[in-house]
Amino acid sequence: MAQIKLSNLRHSYMPAPKGPEDYALKEIDVTWRDGGAYALLGPSGCGKSTLLNIISGLLTPSEGRILFDDQDVTALPPDQRNIAQVFQFPVIYDTMTVGENLAFPLKNRGVDAATIKRRVDEIAEMLDVTDMLNTRASGLSPDNKQKISMGRGLVRDDVNAVMFDEPLTVIDPHLKWKLRSKLKELHQRVKATMIYVTHDQTEALTFADEVVVMQEGEVVQIGTPVELFERPQHTFVGHFIGSPGMNVLPCEAKGDRAVFEGHEVMLEGPTLGEGGRTDLGIRPEYISFGETGVPAHVTKVADIGRHYVVSAMVGDTPVKAVAEHNAPNPGSHVFLQFKPEQSRVYRDGWIATQERAQ
Amino acid sequence: MRTENQKAWFFVLPVLALVAFNALVPMMTVVNYSVQETFGNNQFFWEGLGWFEQILRSDRFQAALGRQFLFTFLILIIEVPLGIIVALSMPRKGFWVPVCLVLMALPMLIPWNVVGSMWNIFTLPKIGLLGYFLNDVLGINYDMTQQPISAWITVIVMDVWHWTSLVVLLCYAGLVSIPDAYYQAAKIDGASPWSVFRYIQLPKMKTVLTIAVLLRFMDSFNIYTEPFVLTGGGPGNSTTLLSIDLVKIALGQFDLGPAAAMSLIYFAITLLVSWVFYTLMTKDDAE
Repeated sequence: MAQIKLSNLRHSYMPAPKGPEDYALKEIDVTWRDGGAYALLGPSGCGKSTLLNIISGLLTPSEGRILFDDQDVTALPPDQRNIAQVFQFPVIYDTMTVGENLAFPLKNRGVDAATIKRRVDEIAEMLDVTDMLNTRASGLSPDNKQKISMGRGLVRDDVNAVMFDEPLTVIDPHLKWKLRSKLKELHQRVKATMIYVTHDQTEALTFADEVVVMQEGEVVQIGTPVELFERPQHTFVGHFIGSPGMNVLPCEAKGDRAVFEGHEVMLEGPTLGEGGRTDLGIRPEYISFGETGVPAHVTKVADIGRHYVVSAMVGDTPVKAVAEHNAPNPGSHVFLQFKPEQSRVYRDGWIATQERAQ
Repeated sequence: MRTENQKAWFFVLPVLALVAFNALVPMMTVVNYSVQETFGNNQFFWEGLGWFEQILRSDRFQAALGRQFLFTFLILIIEVPLGIIVALSMPRKGFWVPVCLVLMALPMLIPWNVVGSMWNIFTLPKIGLLGYFLNDVLGINYDMTQQPISAWITVIVMDVWHWTSLVVLLCYAGLVSIPDAYYQAAKIDGASPWSVFRYIQLPKMKTVLTIAVLLRFMDSFNIYTEPFVLTGGGPGNSTTLLSIDLVKIALGQFDLGPAAAMSLIYFAITLLVSWVFYTLMTKDDAE
């Protein structure tokens, strides 16, 4: 159990990085509370797996330090960090039984047989694999194999953190939610810090107390799922999280208003800063249809079950809106109403409106 | 009721025809010779299983069979572990990978009789580089044309030089197919290098290793060209392996009956050992 602190972390896979573009990770500064559940979310190649491997010790960062509580572990090899990692593809030792697989990390550390047996039985019970303990691990289904690799991490009672590197990739969809709730349950029982890497927003948002959104080696925003959804700090977060993602519409900023395609839109608060490219960001969920507002021409309506996703054109800019029911017909002319407290201006991608005092 | 379509058999016909011409028909002529005696003029006399009995009881056959098993055993026990060690120490990424692979493949690309001639010239005392070096520089009394032990060492070393690469390349293919995650998981689990070998690398190499051993067994058990060119089976009969002896009987003495019987026994042994080995090695997977 430990608090994990990443301090001024940078990493490059090149021997002599020159500019920031040579870095797979640019300046990471994060502190993770002991016992928390965190997710690293981002598209492929954003550096999240690199970050995970640095925390587990499989990679040594080019610059910066990793602290577990107050101990500097930057130079320690993985087996001395007391961490566990579950990989994308289940790693099991084919020739061993399920029980031997679970006992392996303890055996390597010279734990006595009685303790091994007690811990293995406990973990097997937690994972619902007690009846498989004596079967060969090679014949198991992928979800059970993934459970065993998780179990190998949890069997040590001194683990500082358990890391998951897209662990549900190879699991059948109908088993994914089962394994995910198992994970949640395990987190409550073992109380270890858990870090979950994924590019799937549903997985990240359901698993984590706090989500770290990454893009091109940078942390874009850290927040609870609600914060990420309600107030994205960057257009990337707005676009990446949510389905469909946030509308990002080129606009001009004028005090607490944005001018978009010649129409004035009320913002959540006054805009900050000067210059740069300005965009109006608003989630489709917060655009409604009314008698007045921004005139638009509906091009497409998609029924996705729970609601309709309406695509419309305002001038030359496409806008998406969500309608619970009574979706307008394609081809019709409508007026869009933007919810002011959810309308923000982003300057060069970063949020540039002040939150209105509650 | 479902009518069964028998047309699929037509697709098997070409293979059947091919196998018939390159295996079954020649083999039947061997079977034919093995139960008859001929003195030429295409006259044959029925001999029954007499040749088989004669061959199995003959000291000459038993000695050759013993030498054959010893040879195969020795090269397997050297080439398999050596191949694994070389494969393990080869780089898995980077510039040196293709260099290593090409160097490894080179010995296997050389025609067998050339390998025999090369080693013959290389090891001849006085003339050959190795022969000269051992005798005149190191002072070791080495003459593979005169001493059975020297001849045996030379034949074994030649085979190891020629064929260890096969084991290396197959093992290497098995090794590179292991995802990095296995090594990373083992690191986190605190596994020792021996454990990594025993529980990750060896199990993942098992299939290719089975094939490697099987190929090396069959090839070495049927080996002819290289020792024939190198030692001609000598000195005396000390390196006369089964196939060399077989050719002596069939073409040297023109005893077609006993040679045919010996071929069939030889074939049966190769088949039996391969089958037993393969069944044992794949038994676990079927469970």
